[in-house]
Amino acid sequence: MANFYTDNPELRHHLTHPLMEKIVALKERNYTDAEKYDYAPLDYADAQDSYDKVLEIVGEICGDIIAPNAEDVDHQGPRVENGRVIYADKTKENLEACRKAGLMGMAMPRRYGGLNFPITPYIMAADIVSRADTGFENLWGLQDCAETIYEFADEEQKQKFITRVCQGETMSMDLTEPDAGSDLQSVMLKATEQPDGTWRLNGVKRFITNGDSDIHLVLARSEAGTKDGRGLSMFIYDKRDGGVNVRRIENKMGIKGSPTCELTYKNAKAVLCGSRRLGLIKYVMALMNGARLGIAAQSVGVSELAYREALAYARDRKQFGKAIIEFPAVYEMLSVMKAKLDASRSLLYACARYVDIYKVYDDIAKERSLTPEERKESKHYSRLADALTPLAKGMGSEYCNQNAYDCIQIHGGSGFMKDYACERLYRDARITSIYEGTTQLQVVAAIRHVTTGTYLNLIKEYDAEEVKPELQAIKNRLEAMTERYAKAVETVTSVDDSAYGDFMARRLVEMAGVIVMSYLLLQDANRNDSFKRSAEVYTNLAEAEVTKHSDFIANFKPEEVSVYKVD
Amino acid sequence: MSLNIIVLAKQVPDTRNVGKDAMKEDGTINRAALPAIFNPEDLNALEQALRLKDSNPGSTVTLLTMGLPRASEIIREAIYRGADGGIVLTDRCLGGADTLATSYSLAQAVKKFGNYDIILGGRQAIDGDTAQVGPQIAEKLGIPQITYAEEIVDLSDGHVTVKRRLENGVETVKAPIPCVVTVNGSAPDCRPRNAMRVQKYKYAASPSEAAKLSDERKALLEKRPYLNLQEWSAAYVDADPEQIGLPGSPTKVKAIENVVFTAKDCRVLSDNDTEIEDLVKELITNHTIG
Repeated sequence: MANFYTDNPELRHHLTHPLMEKIVALKERNYTDAEKYDYAPLDYADAQDSYDKVLEIVGEICGDIIAPNAEDVDHQGPRVENGRVIYADKTKENLEACRKAGLMGMAMPRRYGGLNFPITPYIMAADIVSRADTGFENLWGLQDCAETIYEFADEEQKQKFITRVCQGETMSMDLTEPDAGSDLQSVMLKATEQPDGTWRLNGVKRFITNGDSDIHLVLARSEAGTKDGRGLSMFIYDKRDGGVNVRRIENKMGIKGSPTCELTYKNAKAVLCGSRRLGLIKYVMALMNGARLGIAAQSVGVSELAYREALAYARDRKQFGKAIIEFPAVYEMLSVMKAKLDASRSLLYACARYVDIYKVYDDIAKERSLTPEERKESKHYSRLADALTPLAKGMGSEYCNQNAYDCIQIHGGSGFMKDYACERLYRDARITSIYEGTTQLQVVAAIRHVTTGTYLNLIKEYDAEEVKPELQAIKNRLEAMTERYAKAVETVTSVDDSAYGDFMARRLVEMAGVIVMSYLLLQDANRNDSFKRSAEVYTNLAEAEVTKHSDFIANFKPEEVSVYKVD
Repeated sequence: MSLNIIVLAKQVPDTRNVGKDAMKEDGTINRAALPAIFNPEDLNALEQALRLKDSNPGSTVTLLTMGLPRASEIIREAIYRGADGGIVLTDRCLGGADTLATSYSLAQAVKKFGNYDIILGGRQAIDGDTAQVGPQIAEKLGIPQITYAEEIVDLSDGHVTVKRRLENGVETVKAPIPCVVTVNGSAPDCRPRNAMRVQKYKYAASPSEAAKLSDERKALLEKRPYLNLQEWSAAYVDADPEQIGLPGSPTKVKAIENVVFTAKDCRVLSDNDTEIEDLVKELITNHTIG
């Protein structure tokens, strides 16, 4: 009888952020859908009430079904029979519960049978599902591939495929190949056009999450003779048409319930999604941004569970005549875990809100032309979303790994045994900083926002907001940290040496990240006292990070990079 | 074949999460300290009803409950999970009913409802644990009953086939419909609330709830007729005042005490009359009954 939404009041705090009123009004076109659909909200309060009620369903399914099933799923895992994936029994049960509850296609418009949820409450559901079972979050969360179909496919394709996703069919994105991982430009899967306008796909894909899904988005080479990303297009493959088989599934370290497949395409019929040649350069980039936000949510879910498991154990376990939570070494670990959890969650939802605003403007732009103010605003938030997504994914996933590590540490020897959930969590966490772009690649995506000043401008925007008198001391410290950050950026960018710039990129991005998260926690604390401790603890942590990195940069000569070079 | 399915349900205090203040000093339940919930086995029954509806398109599932006006909460719960509607049988004169008066009142409501094909209900409610109401309703309606149901295997040609969970195994039985089936807690859990239905029906209200609403919300109830839940009174179901509520309840509470069970085994009797008679005598002698 657990509810993973109602037992976590911090979620509601983020759901009711002041910016949500604007987001929902835009998303609901000033609540005009209520005339057409009997389940559309009547006003903002009604919409919030609906999000709350639906997230309560998510929380209940997660607490009562998905979380209790997680251990079984981890042990049994999926298998392949005759080219098809058979999910673990409890995975089937989880999926069925999500389907019956109507939690598929949550963010899709009502005309396709979706709930028309903004990204923010949808991502909140992902956060909750991940806490219940990290691997299952993938199967459920791949519904956001429908977003790519919604944005780029034609109306007939949208009617056909999105409607099915809303009814509970699963999706996959078939991008990676044996020789095309981080470097997707090297994708070789061959697409050949047929006289009837459909295509045939031939080749192999590897590491495909949920590779036996009902509806696949496939990146393939449509332009024979090309070698780079400009020869790639996006296709939709319908499992009902056949032609794709699962050769094997990987035996992984974690997220064992989520089948990672090697796929063979033999003359598989597919349809082109959007325009030729834009597969990688436009559609996959959009798809990836959505997926990265999903992994950021998954990471926060892992951090949440890690913190809860550690806290419960530390309260329960007695050594030297008292509960171990009473020892400073233990309670420091716990409050730092909580601070990292709260910081990454605040960043996640700030990012989700920015994504919401620019995406809804993009959508409105299909109906009417935007006013100059709207265009400006859309561009502003699009830039912020682009800047915060790699931070949320990169730093959130690193934090969840750290929290999973500390969770085991607090359990001591017991944590090393298979008897506690923290062991599974540690294995599940590990992939989050690798897939959908490694942490190193998130730095590559984020660094331009260091050099062009997006982060600094955002920090200044945050700094302009007033805070309660008791929080002023934290704000003063953040201002000092910002100065050190600006100085470090100047030091690095004033040197014209790309190896040196790449070498320092991680440090600069992390400095920006910790300052942004500190400000977000400051805002949270300003709105809700329960965040005050995390704001303080996190600022201490952030200050130490900023000092460490800025000292390193100040004391480091560009030519010293060669000391690190390994042949 | 489309079916008219009635699900009997009860709103009960959540006795599974009992805290220190769950019982008053006089031994009665402190209802204020316990949240009111959908009786768990009635949810198992609802799931069986919804499965029948899934496999027989065009069927309707109607929840029937007797209780305080706030029992319409469980009607909404049932609608969120897929039921079509529900009726709260509520009236001051129905208060204080034991199982005899309750089953009479509900049987009257079923008669008023009229055309039904099957009645499902939970085996028992967690507040009283009697398991008597379902079977008594069947007796009062003069229709067959199947208890301890775990799965409705088939419903066709005017018959229902049901798998029953018994102490030493399962038994599959067949009965003509209409009949009453009481469902065991070992049957599949009820499906979750559906996100779209929750948004569609969250403002559904009974007349007594509607009376307290804002004008705006009253207007919504007028505009969307499907949001109006039904409330029936004792008079509406033609209930005899002598057979309902306290006057209709022969059960009298003499005293309430806390009993901690010590016996670990149960006694199994055969079905011959002598053994049953001996047991009744024994129970009367040791004042367990009578």
